[in-house]
Amino acid sequence: MSMQLEHSPTTGDEVITNYTINFGPQHPAAHGVLRMVMELDGEIIERIDPHVGLLHRGTEKLIEHKTYLQALPYFDRLDYCSPLCMEHSYVLAIEKLLNIEVPIRAQYLRVLFAELTRISNHMLNLGSHVMDVGAMTPNLWLFEIREDCMNFFEAISGARMHSAWFRPGGVHEDVPLKVLSDIADWLDTRLPRLFEDAMSLVVDNRIFKQRNVDIAVVSKDDAVAWGFSGPMIRAAGIPWDLRKSQPYDVYDRMDFEIPVGTNSDCYDRFMVRVEEVRQSARIMKQCLAEMPEGPIASDDRKVVPPKRAEMKQSMEALIHHFKLYTEGFHVPAGEVYVATESPKGEFGVYLVSDGSNKPYRCKIRPTAFSHLQAMDFMSKGHMLPDATAILGAIDVVFGECDR
Amino acid sequence: MATVFHPAPKISSNEGVQAALSGALGDMLVSAKEEHGEIVLTVARGAIEDALRLLRDSHDYQQLMEIAGADYPGRPERFEVVYMLLSLTKNHRIMVKVTAAEDTPVPTVTTLWPNAGWLEREVFDMYGVLFDGNTDLRRILTDYGFEGHPFRKDFPLTGYTELRYSEDEKRVVYEPVDLPQDLRQFDFMSPWEGADYVLPGDEKAVTPPVDEPKTTEKKSDTGAGEKTNGKAAEKKSAPPPAKKATGRKDPEAPEPTESRPARKPRKATARDTKPATEPKKRASRKKKGDGE
Repeated sequence: MSMQLEHSPTTGDEVITNYTINFGPQHPAAHGVLRMVMELDGEIIERIDPHVGLLHRGTEKLIEHKTYLQALPYFDRLDYCSPLCMEHSYVLAIEKLLNIEVPIRAQYLRVLFAELTRISNHMLNLGSHVMDVGAMTPNLWLFEIREDCMNFFEAISGARMHSAWFRPGGVHEDVPLKVLSDIADWLDTRLPRLFEDAMSLVVDNRIFKQRNVDIAVVSKDDAVAWGFSGPMIRAAGIPWDLRKSQPYDVYDRMDFEIPVGTNSDCYDRFMVRVEEVRQSARIMKQCLAEMPEGPIASDDRKVVPPKRAEMKQSMEALIHHFKLYTEGFHVPAGEVYVATESPKGEFGVYLVSDGSNKPYRCKIRPTAFSHLQAMDFMSKGHMLPDATAILGAIDVVFGECDR
Repeated sequence: MATVFHPAPKISSNEGVQAALSGALGDMLVSAKEEHGEIVLTVARGAIEDALRLLRDSHDYQQLMEIAGADYPGRPERFEVVYMLLSLTKNHRIMVKVTAAEDTPVPTVTTLWPNAGWLEREVFDMYGVLFDGNTDLRRILTDYGFEGHPFRKDFPLTGYTELRYSEDEKRVVYEPVDLPQDLRQFDFMSPWEGADYVLPGDEKAVTPPVDEPKTTEKKSDTGAGEKTNGKAAEKKSAPPPAKKATGRKDPEAPEPTESRPARKPRKATARDTKPATEPKKRASRKKKGDGE
């Protein structure tokens, strides 16, 4: 921090020149390892230079050295708050290159758990956003819901966070009926009670509104030009949701609404996410009601390995199992860009295949890159404490931003 | 386009888009293709800004979602820079590509989209592609003071430096990478289809051609000696003698040990013994003192 005192030539008063402070990399409101070099005029933000990359792990390079299936768990570790939604883009990109058919039950299961992931992600974001601007209680209640989501993930895949459950051609394992009925019960009872209770503390709260309304207003044109997506572009009043406009899996069978904001400020971004949680619950209920019985992965044995029980009986299954878990499957040469609506916005995978068993190039399009880049112009002229509210409303996770 | 089976995102039809955009781009276009349902337009490097401006303003591709770099070391211009465009109004996506080498800068598109700044910085950081006109072309993801461009295909996966906290110097020190164990490289590609390396142990499988091929026409070439005597092969040894029962002791066998005297018969049966579990009667213990 540097501060210089001078005397104004006209009035003779002391003048405080701009000074620079370091926000992060270790700061509870930085949501990870974000370093922002802020130039302040008093308490007014003049300029922000976010320094990202402190969590850069070279995921894309590592993926180039792994087979397609081995690369899948890296996606869980990108946005570790919504792991299954990260896998979703990747498996869809592989399926697009392979042009493989996915059984309808697998598509329903993916949509069901992608929406559960969305709820789980929003619980963390809404809670931490509220906490960043000073409230404690809602976060604790929302973490209860998040814990329930984690338990469901554990029930289906054995892992609370890094599930690696979506696979090219379907999902890894079928979900027991008991888990599905538990989710249905949870959607009817526990989720609405906890969530609406927590939200009733926040949404009309005077302090919360003072901290968020009219903070970081972004016009529609700016939102488009800066490459916004997800709740950030919807809060600007543009009803753009990839689940609706470019449906993948069985989203085209789902009946849900896209919430949009009117004022395009931090409060609208928050409220868009609040409504998205309710819509996600609605989608999940439809999935549970409509999901048919049937296989949960493609029966193309050149892509999807056989089940273990089958492997014990059939020589061919054994060979397929061995080949798929050592060499892996080959993907036809070509390049695709597949983007899905992750809880944070458009999460895309640009996958280049050279026809071998490893991706030639896998570029990951993080949602946070565009949003965080806009931090500078969104915060300009706001107070220093508003920076945490703006950052909270962006919903940034550095596993995904830095890759 | 073949039948679509996959459940990947469905965008508006590609029908006629490639022809329309190719016509609009005119001589800026180098090539255009449609594969896997993706329209990829390759444009001349110098014209990328104009091409993207045309696509944004006249063809409604309002959003630049991503700029991806890719490295193809075998090509004369090794890098590809791929721009992913999204049209919110037409609900359509296209990719626009340019090629570049290390020393041929690509014109920046920060003039068209403000978010191109970081995206170009990332491509520069990872591949070393220069963007002409980008006023803030700093590294973005790698460490402060990092050297090299890590996503190039000739950059090793392990990198060149590693860092650790030194307790002696009380700071983080950078050192050349020293792996205590070799980096495990798994290559399960079938040797019958496309593996272009020599399998371990197979180094001698392909022998180089020699000037004078070895023949064995003469006897001296083979290195073998004279033929063995034909009669020697006919000689048979006598069959082993049949065993005859003689009733005699084998002279080699050792004498049996002396017989022991028979044991005396037991006096009592097992039933008469005292139960083993019954505790012995003991004299009552003296009470210990209090340790005085």
